[in-house]
Amino acid sequence: MKRSTRRRLVQGVLYAVLAALLLALVLAADWADIKTQFFASAGWTSWDSWGPLITVGAKNTIIYTVIAFAFGLLLALVLALMKLSPLGPYRWLATIYVEFFRGLPALLVIIFMAFGIPIAFQWTPPGGTVGAGLLALVMVGAAYMAETLRAGIQAVPKGQTEAARSLGMSSGRTTVTVVLPQAFRIVIPPLTNEFVLLIKDTALLSVIGMQVGEREVTTVARDFFSSGPTAGTATSLVQAAALYLVITIPLTQLVAWLERRQRRTR
Amino acid sequence: MSTPAIQVKDLHKSFGDNEVLKGIDFHVDNGEVVCVIGPSGSGKSTLLRCINRLEEANSGQVLVEGVDIFDPETDLDAVRSRIGMVFQQFNLFPHMSVLRNLTVAQEKVRGRSKKESVEIARANLDKVGLSGRENVYPGHLSGGQQQRVAIARALSMDPDMMLFDEPTSALDPELVGDVLDVMKTLASEGMTMMVVTHEMGFAREVGDKLVFMDGGVIVEEGDPREVLGNPQHQRTQAFLSKVL
Repeated sequence: MKRSTRRRLVQGVLYAVLAALLLALVLAADWADIKTQFFASAGWTSWDSWGPLITVGAKNTIIYTVIAFAFGLLLALVLALMKLSPLGPYRWLATIYVEFFRGLPALLVIIFMAFGIPIAFQWTPPGGTVGAGLLALVMVGAAYMAETLRAGIQAVPKGQTEAARSLGMSSGRTTVTVVLPQAFRIVIPPLTNEFVLLIKDTALLSVIGMQVGEREVTTVARDFFSSGPTAGTATSLVQAAALYLVITIPLTQLVAWLERRQRRTR
Repeated sequence: MSTPAIQVKDLHKSFGDNEVLKGIDFHVDNGEVVCVIGPSGSGKSTLLRCINRLEEANSGQVLVEGVDIFDPETDLDAVRSRIGMVFQQFNLFPHMSVLRNLTVAQEKVRGRSKKESVEIARANLDKVGLSGRENVYPGHLSGGQQQRVAIARALSMDPDMMLFDEPTSALDPELVGDVLDVMKTLASEGMTMMVVTHEMGFAREVGDKLVFMDGGVIVEEGDPREVLGNPQHQRTQAFLSKVL
């Protein structure tokens, strides 16, 4: 058999297998159940469902993400600069922090901050239970972003620092004026990725008790599981999934575009 | 005799076990143009970088206008702001426009007003033949243009002396001339200059003194036309026979 004939044959078989699998899936699926369970019109066409999902859930998801990202980035910047400090103890502290929180499940930290700390110290972080959960997201997110920022800072060529210092700029001035602006440009794509991860991680807050007005998308959707127009079906969860994708897919596309552009300008 | 612009005494520098400077003594007088030549790895760039302490020497002394720059009490940033430095790789700030490259240190280090630093920047851009490029970003300039901007950036600090670290080595051959012309103008205006270079023509034409380095020591120094035309030392002869 000729090499090209054999290659066409192999490809034909692969396509046939795929087509057979899809056909089996379509035939085996219970389309009636899928429609009533996941796409109940009482949910998809009703503002009673979309209203709370969007005006409460999506709104809070976005607010929580922005808060956790902003404070996380601030803490991450401090950690990254500590990690690059000439003073040993600063480096060690930052390393311990980063390794500690990168090695823990975010869920565990959230529960610890929301329940463990208040019970241990009779003290609740500002913002109550939600505040405690957000604080946990900040602490965990900062550990990841600190590594990203450190890599970005180190990716700025050494000649940039040398040029700034030779002009008489102090070390701090050089960092602020010359190094950090370039480092941030380098880390915009990975930081956007961290942002997307945070959007999804806010769903973990649903394990802590939240007031009705504080709930984010996943918690709102879970409530509709037990009460509301689509109670007893998973419709609200599928709606929530659609909301997440509407937010996250444009962002991941943005990251891909930024990365392509960055490669071009190098 | 007045204080030399740069005085180097018994300078030693090692990278790990590799000693790249093995006791350097030399000086640059005010208004003098000193060119340093030598094979790669001879320590000439390291010597230049030790003078504004971008490289930390192991022992010895560097006096800039009489000020000991290894003294912990010396305000190093202040000394550096009086020494213009031009790098092989230009090292312009890519996130700033050409004008901002020239004004940022004037404002942040010299404390000049925005208006004054812009005026000085424009004058220096004009001097290097790049008027009208104020708002361009360095990435859109040719290597030769970038190096001229880098020279203008250093000049905008009104330095007392200029250090050049192989300023034309990263340039395409047809762009070297423009950069050398700017340097010749500077020399003719009486700027104190120390130039690490492979441009023998420039050294011969513009240099007041030529220093030949090899293996971490100064092998020979003197009038450029003398050293290039009639080298005394065998190592100098061997090097020149390869590059001339």
